[in-house]
Amino acid sequence: MSRTVKENNNVAVQNPAESNHHTSPGGNGLGTRRRRSKAVNSVMAHGEPWVWLTGGALSLAVLMILGLLIIVIYNGSITYWPGSIHQFTSHAGVNYMGEEFRSENFTPQPSAVNNLPDEVRDSVAVTLAENDGLSHRRLIRTANFDLLGTHFTWISDFEVIPDSDVLPEWAVLVERMTWGRFYGFPSALEIKGEIIADDPHEVWEGFQKNHPKVRRLWQKRRSLEIHDLGRANRILENARLELRRVELQENPPATWVAAYEHLHRFRAGGTQEEISEAIEALEIIEKEVGKPSDVYLQAIKSFESEHNRGQEAFLAINEEIFSLNQEMDQYKIHMTAVDGQEKILNLAEIVRAYPANQLSVWDKIRIYLSRWWEFLRADPREANSEGGVFPAIFGTVTMTMIMSLLVAPFGVLAALYLREYAKAGLAVSAVRIAVNNLAGVPSIVFGVFGLGFFCYIIGGSIDEIFFQAKLPSPTYGKGGLMWASFTLALMTLPVVIVATEEALAAVPGSMRQGSYACGASKWQTIYRIVLPRAMPGIMTGMILAMARGAGEVAPLMLVGAVKLAPELPIDRVFPFIHPERSFMHLGFHIYDLGFQSQNSEAAKPMVFTTTLLLIALIATLNISAIWLRTRMRRRFVANQF
Amino acid sequence: MAMANLQLEPEMPVTNDEYGDTMTINGGRLEAIQRGEQVDSYTHEILKNEEAVLDIANFNLWYGNDQALHNITMCVPHGKVTALIGPSGCGKSTLLRSVNRLNDLIDSVRIEGSMRLSGDDIYTTGVDVIELRKRMGMVFQKSNPFPMSIYENVIYSLRIDGERNRSLLDEVCERSLRGAALWDEVKDRLHSSALALSGGQQQRLCIARAIAAEPEVLLMDEPCSSLDPIATSKIEDLIEELKGSYTVLIVTHNMQQASRTSDYTAFMYLGQLIEYGATDEIFTNPALKETEDYVSGRFG
Repeated sequence: MSRTVKENNNVAVQNPAESNHHTSPGGNGLGTRRRRSKAVNSVMAHGEPWVWLTGGALSLAVLMILGLLIIVIYNGSITYWPGSIHQFTSHAGVNYMGEEFRSENFTPQPSAVNNLPDEVRDSVAVTLAENDGLSHRRLIRTANFDLLGTHFTWISDFEVIPDSDVLPEWAVLVERMTWGRFYGFPSALEIKGEIIADDPHEVWEGFQKNHPKVRRLWQKRRSLEIHDLGRANRILENARLELRRVELQENPPATWVAAYEHLHRFRAGGTQEEISEAIEALEIIEKEVGKPSDVYLQAIKSFESEHNRGQEAFLAINEEIFSLNQEMDQYKIHMTAVDGQEKILNLAEIVRAYPANQLSVWDKIRIYLSRWWEFLRADPREANSEGGVFPAIFGTVTMTMIMSLLVAPFGVLAALYLREYAKAGLAVSAVRIAVNNLAGVPSIVFGVFGLGFFCYIIGGSIDEIFFQAKLPSPTYGKGGLMWASFTLALMTLPVVIVATEEALAAVPGSMRQGSYACGASKWQTIYRIVLPRAMPGIMTGMILAMARGAGEVAPLMLVGAVKLAPELPIDRVFPFIHPERSFMHLGFHIYDLGFQSQNSEAAKPMVFTTTLLLIALIATLNISAIWLRTRMRRRFVANQF
Repeated sequence: MAMANLQLEPEMPVTNDEYGDTMTINGGRLEAIQRGEQVDSYTHEILKNEEAVLDIANFNLWYGNDQALHNITMCVPHGKVTALIGPSGCGKSTLLRSVNRLNDLIDSVRIEGSMRLSGDDIYTTGVDVIELRKRMGMVFQKSNPFPMSIYENVIYSLRIDGERNRSLLDEVCERSLRGAALWDEVKDRLHSSALALSGGQQQRLCIARAIAAEPEVLLMDEPCSSLDPIATSKIEDLIEELKGSYTVLIVTHNMQQASRTSDYTAFMYLGQLIEYGATDEIFTNPALKETEDYVSGRFG
């Protein structure tokens, strides 16, 4: 037996492949087993395969991440670069003009070829056959949605008359407040009802001269609409709420209130007869149920005066807006689309316009930067597919900040109790396991919980106690910035607790004992020794929590992120901070652009720019936290040996 | 293994003068201890004349069910350096850590007997452990500076008392650092991190921290065991200088160190005190054979 084993071993060493044939099936099992274990051992012993395996896994991961980043950065960066405007004519005699959006190879339907005019059909068929039935086509952003009913058109190369593709000198791209872009030729400039120019060159000069002025008027009107009208509205709303509050308190007879409201309406606009009838009706009711309390009557009086004040302010502002509108509307530019249709555009409605085919590189850079600036600073328009994302940036940053401020103290305190105070035992282990498991709960579950608990139960109670006058419309009893921050804080709490616990456990026991030996109490030891030493580790937890919280979308949809919320949670209106308001979020914005947009082709590049922005934002938040951690680490942990 | 080489002493009369009773021990004490028997310690008469700062009487300590200290009775004289020697696991450190009640941090510890610091009972209900620890300083085996500046490290015990007087803090800091022979090396960088110091400097910083509050007893748990010979000799010189102004109770594995630095030496074995007397006596003319074997390196 032993001899056989020895022989087999020798064979295995000399020629492992051949040795399999030598082993008779069934017999001599021991020898086989030994040989196999030896072969495995040799693979184990040689490090190289493992270096390749682990290194390969790492490079694959790095490649995927880099690929993602490159796609996002490339697409996000080129979106705002102004392209040139092409014009060409199809065989059917239709003129097209627009920017080339993207292109691809495709297999055309036979009918598309059959519909071509006779003189080209054969040559197209031959070319197609040569290319295995494939043809090239371009997606042209023809815009002019109000004229054509579409933003984009696919145009196959064979449909176009050869050599008809030109870059017209005076093709102008107009970005409008509504209806999207317009591509056309400037035909005339109209100011105060007079045509002052009709040569494209002069029209363009006149446009450039007048456009900034008109836009300033437009901005003034916008500010009036947002701030001043808002203020007048608040006067009316506050007056109504105050009256409602007193009404809830004093509980006047309902029939009297109804009759009084009737009278009030006639006083605002009714005949003398109607008014006296209403007064009589009111007097009859007063006899029946009695007059309401003096407090209520007083409240009605102050409501009426406040209401009048609000109405007056409202009218005054509306008048101002009307006159601004009249002034702005005197400036018009006449544009001719490529199909010959005429379109008159108000200068006030034009965000930006440029003759795309005359731009120098500098002009392009200027337009590129001005578009980015608009993207970062302006409110969205056109169902979010144009304009900026400032409210979303603001919402994301504020929410992440509030979330961090909430989760840090709670997480650290909870971890301190678990690690420093609680006596190790079954209960503590159970809590620890539960906390760890909480980190794996799908985020949408936290969203549902946040909606049910924070919004409806807590927010509902707050409304009933403090905002009863506003009911049934909720103030805190709905999704909002505060509840979203609470929900995400809850969601990221396990991350912070686990990281903090680990950091606390890593503080050397010798340090604690040294502190105790100096006569420090437990809390003094924790506060002066343990926490500072654990701070870098706690910061790691915070970084992870922030990264997870800032990029989270699903729970936010339930607890306050909305498609459009131009009213920021912090503004000039008393009390300046409005944590109950809905907010916009970059993550949700991406979802909205990508999947909810009607003009999906135009929204697609915005998805990339918004994604780029979100990644940049989270990276900035993380890098600043990492920088902070490095500083702490240098102070508390370095040079320890 | 070591036991096999032990020569057994024939019947030998031992007088424990301090407690006034005479006893006779049959054969080897070490073997008796290993069998789990209680042996009486031999305390030299000279200690009777010393004024005791720390008085330990019939002290027993258990970790769960394991008894770590057996009926220890000894006093630590005022203003002197007392060394605790003995093989690993003999309970030296446990005894030291019982003095400032650091063993309280371990849940399973149970004690019996008494310890008195300047007449105040350490182990009685109602003792404020924190106040008690403030009366003692402790230096650990491995240097453990806190993650803060040198200055803050030294004045830590004053800081936690809420001391705000800047000039007092400065004064204490300088005095303690001078006391620990570290002042000249760090006086220009008091506010840089303590963790940037070398190992020996860190240990002297810990000594400075321990003496900042002018403790009644300075406890040292093998303060030189993780240091190189040069740093060790510096610390030993320092202990020499502290002699007189502080009462030092030092645990050491290093017999030369004990003989060089201490006035009194206590020899412990498996949780029991064997012999306790003046260092000269213990090292040159011990009363017990076991002590002689240990100090001459014949076992342990």
